[in-house]
Amino acid sequence: MTMKKIQDKYITYGMVVIAYVLCEILMRTGIMSSHIKGLLVPMCYYAIVAVGLNLCVGILGELSLGHAGFMCVGAYTSALFSFAMEDVIPTVPRFIMALIIGVAFSTLFGFLIGIPVLRLKGDYLAIVTLAFGEIIKNIFNAVYLGIDDAGLHISLKDMSSMGMDPSGKILINGAQGITGTPSDANFTIAAFLLLASLFVVQNLINSRDGRAIMAIRDNRIAAESNGINITKYKMFAFTISAAIAGTAGVLFSHNISTLTATSQYFGYNASILILVYVVLGGIGNIRGSVIAAVILYLLPELLRGLSDYRMLIYSIVLIVMMLFNWAPKAREFREKHFAFLNKRKEAR
Amino acid sequence: MSFLTYFINGLSLGSIYAIIALGYTMVYGIAKMLNFAHGDFIMVGCYVVFTVVSTMGLNPVVGIVVSIVICTLLGVTTEKVAYKPLRNAGSPLAVLITAIGVSYFLENAALLIFGADTKAFTSVIPWEGIILAGGALKIQGVTIITIAVSLVILIVLQTFIYKTKAGQAMLAVSEDKGAASLMGIDVNKTISLTFAIGSALAAIAGVLMCSAYPSLTPYTGAMPGIKAFVAAVLGGIGSIPGAMIGGLILGIIEILGKTYVSSQLSDAIVFGILVIVLLVKPTGILGKNVQEKV
Repeated sequence: MTMKKIQDKYITYGMVVIAYVLCEILMRTGIMSSHIKGLLVPMCYYAIVAVGLNLCVGILGELSLGHAGFMCVGAYTSALFSFAMEDVIPTVPRFIMALIIGVAFSTLFGFLIGIPVLRLKGDYLAIVTLAFGEIIKNIFNAVYLGIDDAGLHISLKDMSSMGMDPSGKILINGAQGITGTPSDANFTIAAFLLLASLFVVQNLINSRDGRAIMAIRDNRIAAESNGINITKYKMFAFTISAAIAGTAGVLFSHNISTLTATSQYFGYNASILILVYVVLGGIGNIRGSVIAAVILYLLPELLRGLSDYRMLIYSIVLIVMMLFNWAPKAREFREKHFAFLNKRKEAR
Repeated sequence: MSFLTYFINGLSLGSIYAIIALGYTMVYGIAKMLNFAHGDFIMVGCYVVFTVVSTMGLNPVVGIVVSIVICTLLGVTTEKVAYKPLRNAGSPLAVLITAIGVSYFLENAALLIFGADTKAFTSVIPWEGIILAGGALKIQGVTIITIAVSLVILIVLQTFIYKTKAGQAMLAVSEDKGAASLMGIDVNKTISLTFAIGSALAAIAGVLMCSAYPSLTPYTGAMPGIKAFVAAVLGGIGSIPGAMIGGLILGIIEILGKTYVSSQLSDAIVFGILVIVLLVKPTGILGKNVQEKV
């Protein structure tokens, strides 16, 4: 690892830490309004999932439109655990266990879905990840789960077909989701998890494995003929990416009291919103994803008047960015007139 | 008898998917890109008809014609502005993300112009339908028209592609862009024409869909668009009869799944089919197998 890359890495950590300390100071001194306080944790989980998606899109080079689905898995499994164990285990160990469970399940889902999905590429891969995301959301919307003295009851139809004792506890109530999950997450945990995700992804990129993954992205056939195990590294990157999305899901479900699998948060539109963060922050640029997620999440919330036009502006910026960065003509133009800007690009 | 009713409903929904899938499959076959915004062209077409017929009070026929014209222009313009500059971009992701951007743009533009509330779409087909078997089987007019229109479109498209010069040019471009342009085919024009036809079909599909399911929101087109892509993949992407077959199968499965399995899980079933098809036979029912060259 060159000096520059190490520096780069610590700049990112430093940014997050400074931003965290600043927010804490503002919160402690009471300058920050309660409205903004409520935005801090969501800001963090969007940054986390953007980092995870960037690993998939920028480093692995495959577009996933199903990351909201992995978030959904992490959110539901961890919330289910926390909700079921609310009176049994004290808060701190419960949250840690919920986190482990949420991440473990999203990793498992990432692995299982990765097996078929990673045989495809490009457009097909994108649409199949979208399909899986929607399937996950639909299933969580349809499932009923309850517990009573006789054990667990599960149904995909309705409440009554579970055959549950009325004295039992309903865990997942179909489309109404999980009601009354303990809100264990706070800004400190969220910032810590963001740092942890950054640590995982940045160290992965600068490792032997990361270079193998990027070699697959740049030229699959050349990488394969150099003895890189394509399937293994693709699976590896995709699974970690899903696990990070699951981490964001755990934060999501522990920051609210009612968890429902609505398409606003877990549908493919949510996946696309995360993709917007990744593209605007710079595909393959991890720090950029964090900055973009934070700014794009906070901006419309802070400028209420803008919120109607938010999505329209995002979409236009998205199209313009893609044209500016990728169109051969635009690249030529930039090289001619803005050559000095491209110097740093050589390192990529 | 109720099974037959559901089956015919499925056939009708499937015909709508088929018309959308025809547009998808042509664009994918020739421009080699997934036009993610195709579903939103449907929504634009519906809003145009809604504006012309319900707001301005004109004849539905005028509405349909205006809607086809506007969607065609929209498709061609989108291709020129957003997709063409990226045709030779190094990464296939670039044009896909741009298409997602266009889809997002159309949805949010419609949201700003028409608002988020659901508009009640008045059916453009006044025909009540026919009653068979002494009232036990009622087939709605829109169902019959939808199935008929999709068949006509299929035949016209097949004839167009195999019998006319422009159609032959499309086949050539889909086979090999470089060789086609060496043979004197204007590749840009051919791709524009493909987008024009695909978008016009989206407008027709939109009118039929909103006549059968009369609620219109800015997100009306998104889900059917994605499902139509599933249909195109199922039938074999790039194949016109394949899109038709795929659409019909998908529509029937969706309606029967909704009725007999679970209405909550019908989308999951449709997407499950996509996953299975891509794993078992990635080229679809009628698709050609293309070997990857180094």
